[in-house]
Amino acid sequence: METLLNDFSPGLFVMQTVLLIVLILLMVKFAWKPILNSLSEREEGIQGALDAAEKAKLEMQNLQADNEKLLQEARSERETMLKEARDIKAKMISEAKEEAKDEADKMITQAQAAIEGEKKAAIAEMKATVATLSLEIAEKVLNHELSDKEKQLQLVDQMLGKAKLN
Amino acid sequence: MHLFRGFYLLFHYFCARIRQALFFSKEAMKISNYSIKFFGVLLTCLLTINVFANESTVQEQQGDERISTKVEIEEYILHHLKDSHDFHLVSYTNDAGERVHVGFPLPVILYGNNGITTFMSSEFHHDSDGKVIVEKNGNRFVNYHGKIYELEAGATELALDAEHHPVNASKPLDLSITKSVFGILIAGLLMLWFFSSLARQYKKRNIPKGFGRVLEPLVIYVRDEIARPNIGEKKYKKFTGYLLTVFFFIWILNLMGLTPFGFNVTGQIAVTAALAVFTLIIYVVSGNKDFWGHIFWMPGVPILIRPILAIIELVGTLIIKPFSLLVRLFANISAGHIILMSLIAIMINLKADLGPIGSTALSFGLSLFIFVIELLVAFLQAYIFTMLSALFIGMAVAEHDHEHEHDAHGNEVADAEDIRENFI
Repeated sequence: METLLNDFSPGLFVMQTVLLIVLILLMVKFAWKPILNSLSEREEGIQGALDAAEKAKLEMQNLQADNEKLLQEARSERETMLKEARDIKAKMISEAKEEAKDEADKMITQAQAAIEGEKKAAIAEMKATVATLSLEIAEKVLNHELSDKEKQLQLVDQMLGKAKLN
Repeated sequence: MHLFRGFYLLFHYFCARIRQALFFSKEAMKISNYSIKFFGVLLTCLLTINVFANESTVQEQQGDERISTKVEIEEYILHHLKDSHDFHLVSYTNDAGERVHVGFPLPVILYGNNGITTFMSSEFHHDSDGKVIVEKNGNRFVNYHGKIYELEAGATELALDAEHHPVNASKPLDLSITKSVFGILIAGLLMLWFFSSLARQYKKRNIPKGFGRVLEPLVIYVRDEIARPNIGEKKYKKFTGYLLTVFFFIWILNLMGLTPFGFNVTGQIAVTAALAVFTLIIYVVSGNKDFWGHIFWMPGVPILIRPILAIIELVGTLIIKPFSLLVRLFANISAGHIILMSLIAIMINLKADLGPIGSTALSFGLSLFIFVIELLVAFLQAYIFTMLSALFIGMAVAEHDHEHEHDAHGNEVADAEDIRENFI
């Protein structure tokens, strides 16, 4: 302890104190203040940039989700439209078919009716014509036959002859 | 061979390495860094011109001045631990048998009975036995065992009592630029140079280049690992400047103590005392109401015990804390220097037993090992000093906004902070 006290130099203590005060003041003014300020500025900058990036990422995610949703909607809309179109097509085809069939049936019925009518008319006409013709033929035959008396008599004989046989 | 020869070779080796390093750094930096070049020139001047211009030859007066016995080695180590008035690098005996001291004198500034006196330490002619009397402005000074005494009027030479204490001389206030003050100045200039250049870098770019990139993490380390957690988020900014200065100051001086220049600044009790007093003043001045309340009238303790506790707390705060700070640093660094020098001295002490090669190898191996540990200690002591300073300041400015919890018997339940406080 005595050696320690003996080694303690008051002059060195004073010099160290004075120099340390000067050093602290100089270092704070020319080194620590600017360094620490720049460091905290930089740290704030980095923090800000990170926050901004995080925000941008979130926004991006939102945007992507929106896009996905829109796409999904468009897809389903297309789907429904296609389905509708297909339905309409099928409906139209079947309707057309139905209509055509009806029309055809109608035409056929008409045609059949017309044919029937024509047939009847034709038959009636034929009947009339045949009647007239047979009458005319009969008239002519009768006229012709009746003009020849001899023959008539011969015929009658002949017929009578046959009748006898029966 | 022998101790001084060894130092001499070591010194020249380091000089060569430093010049080489400077050469390479100059080559690498070209003209880009003005200050490095300037510093290089300065250091080279210091190493060559000054040193060798001041080589002084002293005729051997009392036989062999070489140090070769255990007692002499012990004396030499104790001498090294003390501050000195001249910058002595190496001594050797030349071929002509003359003792050559290599070094340079430092200015002596004394505030004695007749005001301020200044002269160069070379006027003592390397005398430290009180034989050479320097007369200036009518005052007469002698250097006795590294300390300067002012002779009383009429005294013609220094008289000693039975315990070798001077009887006819007084100690003036010695404000000399001693070796330690010189070391402090160099450390201060290095710090200003390093960190102001780092500060300037931030004006140009966000991330520093080169040496600044090494310094920046250290600054951040002190701020985030020492100041911030110990003082608290709200108040640490005010004290960071002091803590940073002290940390780098102690570290650089510790490292300078490990160079062959032989500084022992942080092993000077006056220096560590001044540092501890700074911390003391800071935490006494910035201590808040709670801090003083806990010292003088400890809450949660029986009334009768409070005055006793106040005395203990007061002694602890004003004396024990700074004393532990100053002794820890002083003792660690002094011990490191003593061990390192003792291990180097193995070279001489065990030469008779192990032979020159054996003792040199043993000494080299052991001292290299301790040197590496001392590098760690240099950082560690700077860290511990700064850390404890931050802790003491933190305890003084802490806000006890929380009510201390009390258990069923009304006794205070120790929280983490109290435990930490008691631990220290």
